[in-house]
Amino acid sequence: MSEVVVENVHKSFGALEVLKGVSLTVGRGEVFALIGRSGSGKSTLLRCMNGLEKINSGRIEIAGHVLGGDAKALRSLRTDVGIVFQSYNLFPHLSVGENIMLAPRIVKGVPRAEALGIAREVLQLVGLSEKIDAYPDQLSGGQQQRVAIARSLAMRPKVMLFDEVTSALDPELTEEVLLVMERLARDGMTMILVTHEMGFARRVATQTIFMHKGTIWEAGPSGPLFADPRTPELRQFVKADVK
Amino acid sequence: MTLRTFGFSEFGFLLQALQWTVLLTVIALIFGGALGFVVALARTSRSNALRLAAATYIQLIQGIPVLMILFLSYYGLSLAGFELPPLFAAGASMAIYASGYLAEIWRGCIQAVPKQQWEASESLALSPLQQYRYVILPQAIRISLPPTVGFAVQVVKNTSVTSIIGFVELARAGTLINNATFQPFRVFVAVAILYFVVCYPLSQLSRVLEKRLHVGSSR
Ligand SMILES: Nc1ncnc2c1ncn2[C@@H]1O[C@H](COP(=O)(O)OP(=O)(O)OP(=O)(O)O)[C@@H](O)[C@H]1O
Ligand SMILES: [Mg+2]
Repeated sequence: MSEVVVENVHKSFGALEVLKGVSLTVGRGEVFALIGRSGSGKSTLLRCMNGLEKINSGRIEIAGHVLGGDAKALRSLRTDVGIVFQSYNLFPHLSVGENIMLAPRIVKGVPRAEALGIAREVLQLVGLSEKIDAYPDQLSGGQQQRVAIARSLAMRPKVMLFDEVTSALDPELTEEVLLVMERLARDGMTMILVTHEMGFARRVATQTIFMHKGTIWEAGPSGPLFADPRTPELRQFVKADVK
Repeated sequence: MTLRTFGFSEFGFLLQALQWTVLLTVIALIFGGALGFVVALARTSRSNALRLAAATYIQLIQGIPVLMILFLSYYGLSLAGFELPPLFAAGASMAIYASGYLAEIWRGCIQAVPKQQWEASESLALSPLQQYRYVILPQAIRISLPPTVGFAVQVVKNTSVTSIIGFVELARAGTLINNATFQPFRVFVAVAILYFVVCYPLSQLSRVLEKRLHVGSSR
């Protein structure tokens, strides 16, 4: 059963074509890593998947929704697709608990007591139960990112998208966030993650996709792909990372 | 005719007029604020037509002296057959004037909220209205407090132009008393002090808010 189907997607910003016919299929419970050089179109592809960017042509189906409907259809899609960004983007005027409860309460109409239960549950999942009343600026970057993940999980998404969620973090903080993501993957969440953490991609991702110049240059099960790259571009990319 | 001297009863008269100055300021901020808020929303909306209309309004109001707005609403409307009481004309003019500036100040505050806040809330399936209500405006309002209070000081001082249509606020009251006492120095020092007594605390408040919001974002 596939949870994400991307078919021949093209996307341009003005004259610049950033995605040049991208196709991929992600099965339920699979973890896909998107890797590639800066500017190869990884973020753009991810952002197209939840409608933050509009595609020019092609088709995207995700969590049972097809992109391209009206605003209401898009919101309905977004309740099933979570996204976490590099820059956390917590709401600074709300406490951790309020950050997490906001969308379930006002989008899904979950009663306050139940929303609080959800907040406690997802905070426990990311190991931050004691921070429910803290404000974002009282947390470290790693803690903020874990709250951002918890905030997405509170909507009970079927698919989670991650865009370089550890790139702004120190190595120790990176580790705590990766651990949370690894646990999610083990629990069967369908995940697509853009990452520069090759070790993590290799260990956790079922498939790895190497993007180059707006196309999928090379793709396959992570183990073989990293161990034995077929294209010189990927070989170079992997080698550069080891250094 | 005997000249009066500037004594307690004259000072009392100034105090009364000061109340009108404050009332006029409050009217300008409430009605101008309501109108300015709508214009600020239009100015930051996705609709090109709304943005253009709002930008034109702001340019127009900011490009006309308050005095002209006052003349237009007082004489213009009375020519058209509407006889406006001075308080009404003064209040309406000050509100229109304030709306043009508040709209621009608040536009800046709305746009000062990082665009990632829009993306994050959009990605959580919030509707545009919910994004404004729960994520953007609460942050924009915090940012807007110092400049808004600062602008209130300008409004207090600018209410003095309404004296020209015979509205007896503080500046007009000063002129009247001076005409009766011919002690311009005493009278206008008193008037100036009264303006200062209202404006200084506001300026200080604006400064305190500014500082407090600058030291990190913790509350
Ligand atoms: N909103 C935009 N407007 C114009 N050009 C854009 C926009 N967003 C991205 N681009 C361009 O599209 C190309 C791909 O960008 P994208 O962010 O998808 O790359 P990326 O693979 O995520 O790179 P990185 O590793 O640096 O994050 C880049 O050349 C970028 O400058
Ligand atoms: Mg990117």
